[in-house]
Amino acid sequence: MIVPNTMEQSALFTYTLRLADDLLILSQRLGEWCGHGPILEEDIALTNRALDHLGEARNLLTYAGQVEGKGRSEDDLAYLRMERQFTNVKLMEQPNGDYAHTMVRSFLFDAYHLPLMQALQKSTDEQLAAIAGKAVKEATYHLRASSEWIIRFGDGTEESHQRAQAALDNLWTYTGELFESDAVLEEMTKAGVAPEIAAIKANWSKTVDQVLAEATLKRPADGFMMTGGRKGLHSEHMGFILAEMQHVTRAYPGVAW
Amino acid sequence: MKRNFRIMQGLTSAPDDLAMITKHRILELLDYVKDPEIPVINVLELGVVRSVEVEESGKAIITITPTYTGCPAMDVMAADIKKELLEAGVPEVEVKLTLSPAWTTDWITDEGKRKLKEYGIAPPEKSADIRALKGVQPVVQCPQCGSKNTVMLSLFGSTACKALWKCQDCLEPFDQFKCL
Repeated sequence: MIVPNTMEQSALFTYTLRLADDLLILSQRLGEWCGHGPILEEDIALTNRALDHLGEARNLLTYAGQVEGKGRSEDDLAYLRMERQFTNVKLMEQPNGDYAHTMVRSFLFDAYHLPLMQALQKSTDEQLAAIAGKAVKEATYHLRASSEWIIRFGDGTEESHQRAQAALDNLWTYTGELFESDAVLEEMTKAGVAPEIAAIKANWSKTVDQVLAEATLKRPADGFMMTGGRKGLHSEHMGFILAEMQHVTRAYPGVAW
Repeated sequence: MKRNFRIMQGLTSAPDDLAMITKHRILELLDYVKDPEIPVINVLELGVVRSVEVEESGKAIITITPTYTGCPAMDVMAADIKKELLEAGVPEVEVKLTLSPAWTTDWITDEGKRKLKEYGIAPPEKSADIRALKGVQPVVQCPQCGSKNTVMLSLFGSTACKALWKCQDCLEPFDQFKCL
């Protein structure tokens, strides 16, 4: 971890935090399914997926804390930040809905996460490259699993097709945020830390088209896209997620077990 | 019995006879540290131990790598390694975690794979052949009856590292170690 100047240090902290927050919040959402899965195997699958995301988030949060250099641990960053300090995209905090909503949300993320991790393996930042090298294998598996569900739903019964299409139409407006650029991302891309976001989007778009075609689902047209998550402006759901996630730490400060 | 004897041996040899703590000795001890979730194979057979260093002071530095990013067994493994070595008389133990290069199921030893199968878990296929990751179904042999007439029930299983399968002949469900 060589950090040449504070400007870049601050951008690297923010960039790492964004990567972490997406995974942390999605993991928290998927964890809500624990004990409620439609069948036992899927209950297990969702919590496994949540665990993979959480593990990656922990690595990233730990690293973000090191980059920041103020002694904050992964737990400090997960449990002691306020809503406005979370930088995940709004897609991650959307409610689980029915199984189609949960799977479409994960599919839209997985199709973005895999090429991102593949590219991040070549990051000039060694720690991010190492984390990505580990994550890429799991991300491959996740995309495979969610793609299979999208195809099964879309090309399944009339009911499952309708629900999958409804989920896709509902969540599409949240996908723009994944590919937003700003000063932080530009600086990280210039430094070779982050990959070109346009290339990730092209890859994502191709995967989405392929899977939707096989699923006989219609890709929604790009219209108004939600924004704000990266700046800490979240949907109404975020506060409830944090209330549940941070409850024990807030209620019993400094508690250890 | 074997375990008690070994601990006694460790206690009598330490701390004045530090020459006893060699890399070879550490590896012998690591043989006893099992995967807490699959207690038939040890950390060496699982391929998570990446390096063992012994300093002049007798301090042992063990570097391990996680199987899965979020695997909850890793913290337990690190604690078990520490406990095992300290109990055997190693004066100081540090367990380091490394992410790169990323763990692959190819690092599970042949002996480890044999034990997995015996335990009822179908071992992973070679990932050099990455069909498994690409979505092409591998042929997985039932660890119970040996039949190849098996079907995957779920991509995910009882732990992060396993998928759930069923044998069409003996009708028993079984875990398969996912190929990474």
